[in-house]
Amino acid sequence: MSLSAYLLVGAVLFVCGIVCMATKRNGIGVLMGVELVLNGANVNFVAFSKYTQLGLDGQIISLFVIVLAAAEAAVALAIALNFYNNHLTIDVDRANKLKG
Amino acid sequence: MSSTLMLSAAAAPGGSVLFVIFALVACLCAVAVVAAQTVVRMAFWLVLSLGSTAALFFLADADFVGAAQLLIYVGGTLVLLVFGVMLTASGPYLKIATSPGEIILGAVVALLFLCVVVASISGVSWPEPQVSDVGALQTTAGNTLRPLGLAFLGTRPDQDLADGDQLSPGYLLPFEIVSIHLLVVLIGAAYLARAKRRAVGT
Repeated sequence: MSLSAYLLVGAVLFVCGIVCMATKRNGIGVLMGVELVLNGANVNFVAFSKYTQLGLDGQIISLFVIVLAAAEAAVALAIALNFYNNHLTIDVDRANKLKG
Repeated sequence: MSSTLMLSAAAAPGGSVLFVIFALVACLCAVAVVAAQTVVRMAFWLVLSLGSTAALFFLADADFVGAAQLLIYVGGTLVLLVFGVMLTASGPYLKIATSPGEIILGAVVALLFLCVVVASISGVSWPEPQVSDVGALQTTAGNTLRPLGLAFLGTRPDQDLADGDQLSPGYLLPFEIVSIHLLVVLIGAAYLARAKRRAVGT
């Protein structure tokens, strides 16, 4: 398969993640949108690693992205648990304490 | 050598059939993540989407990245998310509905954004890989475990052999930074998520 096929898959994953982040009101759903976006970027990195002169660097960057996504999910879940303990819901629309 | 076997498997016409199957599964499951209403179903579709993306990595000769995707994403992060669902929902099928107007608006914005991205992808003529390029040959072999480990340790034999007199830096320092970062994140997450006090009424 060619490079643009992989880029197309990455674009679809990225757009789905962006829309998931923007439309979901569940805080965990927003986190899943972030995972989709990072995954779309990973598809692009691996595709460029195979089909261009980037070589092995793309795979290394995608490994860093995977590890940092795991770290981000851990911290975001801790924040979500704190949010649930304070508000008794996970609806992000209820987080309006800082609204001016 | 097993790498030639993997190369022939990826170059065979079955490889493109597999690519189409897994690409369709990944994209449709990503759309299903957006369309699903309950968060448990979203997690299920996300598992399928990330798993078929790992299969796409295997098809692109990135075997270690695909294995790491399966282990860390599907095995670790998704389990973490499901635990978050369990700890924050009052029932297994908690539904926080989005209004229909927002759904339609989101779908329109998604289609427009996808058109923009696809147009910009197809507008660029990506350079073809050179056959004489050593780095590209390393990855098309499909056996990436040893070069990846050497690159994380700070040596790049694939690139150092290419131009000889100039040593490429490798990735030892980012690797160490990521290690410390993971330690800090684990301690910080455990500190943030510890049970302090419940809000009144539970």
